[in-house]
Amino acid sequence: MPIETLIWLIPVPPLLSFFLIWLFANRNKALSHTIAIVLMAISWIISLYVFLTAITTEHFGAEVFGHSVPWLPTGDGALNMGVMVDPLTAGMLFFVPLTCLLIFIYSVGYHNFGGRLDPHDVHSTGSPAHNGVEPMYSRFFAFLSLFAFGMLLLVVADNLLMMFVGWEIMGLCSYLLIGFWHGRNYDDPKKITPRQAAVKAFMTTRVGDVFMMLGIVYLYFHTGTLSFREILYNEDVLHHLAETPSYIVGLSVAAMVGLLLFAGTVGKSAQFPLHVWLPDAMEGPTPVSAMIHAATMVSAGVYAMVRMFPLMSAGWHHGEALTPPMMAMGFIGAFTALFASTIAVAQRDVKKVLAYSTISQLGYMIAALGIGAYIAAAFHLITHAFFKALLFLGSGSVIHGVEHGVHHTHEHIDPQDMFNMGALRKKMPITFWTFLIGGFALSGFPFVTAGFWSKDEILADAFVANQLVFWVLVISAFLTAFYTMRQIALTFLGEPRTHSAEHAQETAWTMTTPLVILSFFAIFAGFVGVPEHFPALGELFHNLNVNRFHEFIGGTLIEHPEAVEFNVFPLLASIVVGVGGLTLGWLVYGWKPLKAGQPDPLAKPLGPIYTLLENKYYFDELYDFIFVRPARWISEVLVYQVMDKNIIDGFLHGVARVAVAIGIFFKGAEKVIINDPPDRLADFTQWLGRSFRVIQTGRIQSYLLIVMLVAVAFGGVYYLMLSGLVK
Amino acid sequence: MVPLNWYLTLAAALFCIGLYGVLSRRNAVAILMGVELMMNAVIINLVAFWRYLQPTNINGQVFAVIVFAVAAAEASVGLALIISIYRRRNSVIADEMNLMKW
Repeated sequence: MPIETLIWLIPVPPLLSFFLIWLFANRNKALSHTIAIVLMAISWIISLYVFLTAITTEHFGAEVFGHSVPWLPTGDGALNMGVMVDPLTAGMLFFVPLTCLLIFIYSVGYHNFGGRLDPHDVHSTGSPAHNGVEPMYSRFFAFLSLFAFGMLLLVVADNLLMMFVGWEIMGLCSYLLIGFWHGRNYDDPKKITPRQAAVKAFMTTRVGDVFMMLGIVYLYFHTGTLSFREILYNEDVLHHLAETPSYIVGLSVAAMVGLLLFAGTVGKSAQFPLHVWLPDAMEGPTPVSAMIHAATMVSAGVYAMVRMFPLMSAGWHHGEALTPPMMAMGFIGAFTALFASTIAVAQRDVKKVLAYSTISQLGYMIAALGIGAYIAAAFHLITHAFFKALLFLGSGSVIHGVEHGVHHTHEHIDPQDMFNMGALRKKMPITFWTFLIGGFALSGFPFVTAGFWSKDEILADAFVANQLVFWVLVISAFLTAFYTMRQIALTFLGEPRTHSAEHAQETAWTMTTPLVILSFFAIFAGFVGVPEHFPALGELFHNLNVNRFHEFIGGTLIEHPEAVEFNVFPLLASIVVGVGGLTLGWLVYGWKPLKAGQPDPLAKPLGPIYTLLENKYYFDELYDFIFVRPARWISEVLVYQVMDKNIIDGFLHGVARVAVAIGIFFKGAEKVIINDPPDRLADFTQWLGRSFRVIQTGRIQSYLLIVMLVAVAFGGVYYLMLSGLVK
Repeated sequence: MVPLNWYLTLAAALFCIGLYGVLSRRNAVAILMGVELMMNAVIINLVAFWRYLQPTNINGQVFAVIVFAVAAAEASVGLALIISIYRRRNSVIADEMNLMKW
């Protein structure tokens, strides 16, 4: 089978799985997950084959796999539907189906498959199953499959339109899966429910998507095509776009399109100021958080930027002034990285910490793109997907274990609050070790973790390109290491702070196996990108022919980016902040473990700043004040009261009143013209009958008398006529 | 020969007697008898006109015979009706047969 056909086939199995589960298998839980997992595995095998073919092809990048067919006919040509695999796509194809598959398997255990069906759960569809198997199990797998389809479609798409279709399918699935437990309510009215979180995520990303669509339309308007090959690998087109002014604040068309597309990414990848949805998206089931809100969907935003990088950087050469979209990416990315990592320091919820760390790490990638570190961004995208999926699945495992304890002890505590945990390393060893690996990868623990290599590379690039960005990223790397250690210490080390934590239990093999596999990649995925000029190790891996990531991904661009020269300063900075952050975290939280009920040791020294961080800089409240309430006010007062009730209703009521008046008029006219004459006629007939009925005596003799009289009268008349008396 | 006028006068007299009987009697049988008299007056007229005006033509006599037949039929139907009413209402007074009156 030609490789192009195989690429077409990559997104198909999950879609098939969605329809099969939806239409046929939704009553059978075992069948549903079997279909989902088997078809996802098929997709993964095809992707892996394509990936292996790609990396063994000489000069891949100059030549890519691609195929397209006309899809929507337009005036002169047609919008094409096509697939393309270039080095970047191949990289995505390596990790996306793999993480999806692992998360599918993990979900089986997460939803207690095989557990007994709790009688209370059968009726409570829409809220999480407590001990028994999830009632909406099949639906979950159907949505996951549809999501996987969207992501794979986005990855293999060869044009912006198809990519956008996949992008929106994922937006929908994200909405459906965040709100998966739509029946869940909390006692605390301030705590956001899954329903609200789903709407919030959908609406917030919608803001970005609208801009992105504008960008796509604008790009199409100027180039007449949306194909990546025709735009991004065509110097003439790029040059033309970079030279044409857009007449909006002095930007070129390329810059304008770039900024609009970047707005889409800001929404999808939860960058400041549209980051608010991602932490609340943690209301979804944990596999969803892992898959959508860490490993794949939010990476799609970054992927789109990596993909569109030639357009973003159109007209830019190394060492020159950055283009406006790159500046926007650099500053927003760096700011988000720092900003989100500060919030993560003060969160109590084990998943919220990871959510903010995701935002922060996505900010890293965006910042890297902004300073032109194309390969570093792609590299961090891939390593991050592995270790963040690992961390999320690990946190899901932790929550699951603590929930088990909660059910065992009947305590009323939040099983996601890290302050209710402690000492889980003894109860959940596999989860602990894998989480530790993931956490160290996230912190950038030197040399042995994937996160170190990718983060170090971003820092090395930033050091050369922009000192400000570099320092911001260094500080956020330090904070990242710190809060990761805080999380590990609070969750796994010390003494159990609740009875539930004491009775926590290691989770099923379906959940731990994906953790082990992911932790393998969290360590070893980094070695493919060790810089060649790195002392000792670079030489070693080069001889082993492992670190081919640069030349492979670099082949995506027309102009192969040069690797930055090795500089010891960013390397030292990277090691110092990674290890330093971990050490400080351990000193604060691990040295003297917290006792039950003890507040966060940071709360006191930081004082009001801690409250500020705990409340996420009050961004939710700010947005509530700036956007939500005015929107409410507009809808309730302006639109409802004034426009709807007065103007529209008034108009309609006026129309109705006129119609009623016309009706009344016609009613009168009808009475006079149409109704009355027949009535009079009927009255007359009636009167006539009444008058003449006196002769209808019913007595034959009176009739005969009349007959006789008439006969005599006629006879008389006749006689007179005959006799000529009457003429 | 007796002139035609005499016959006509007789017939007219007979007709008027019958008519008076029909109009004035209360007994339905008597009314029927009056009708018979009127019929007979008509037959006298028919026969008289035939004899005096067209004696060569048999039509007049045939007509008279048809009227007899009709009269007989009418009488029998009329009597049957009266008997039927009598059985039901125990009366033959025409005034009392007012079921269909308004």
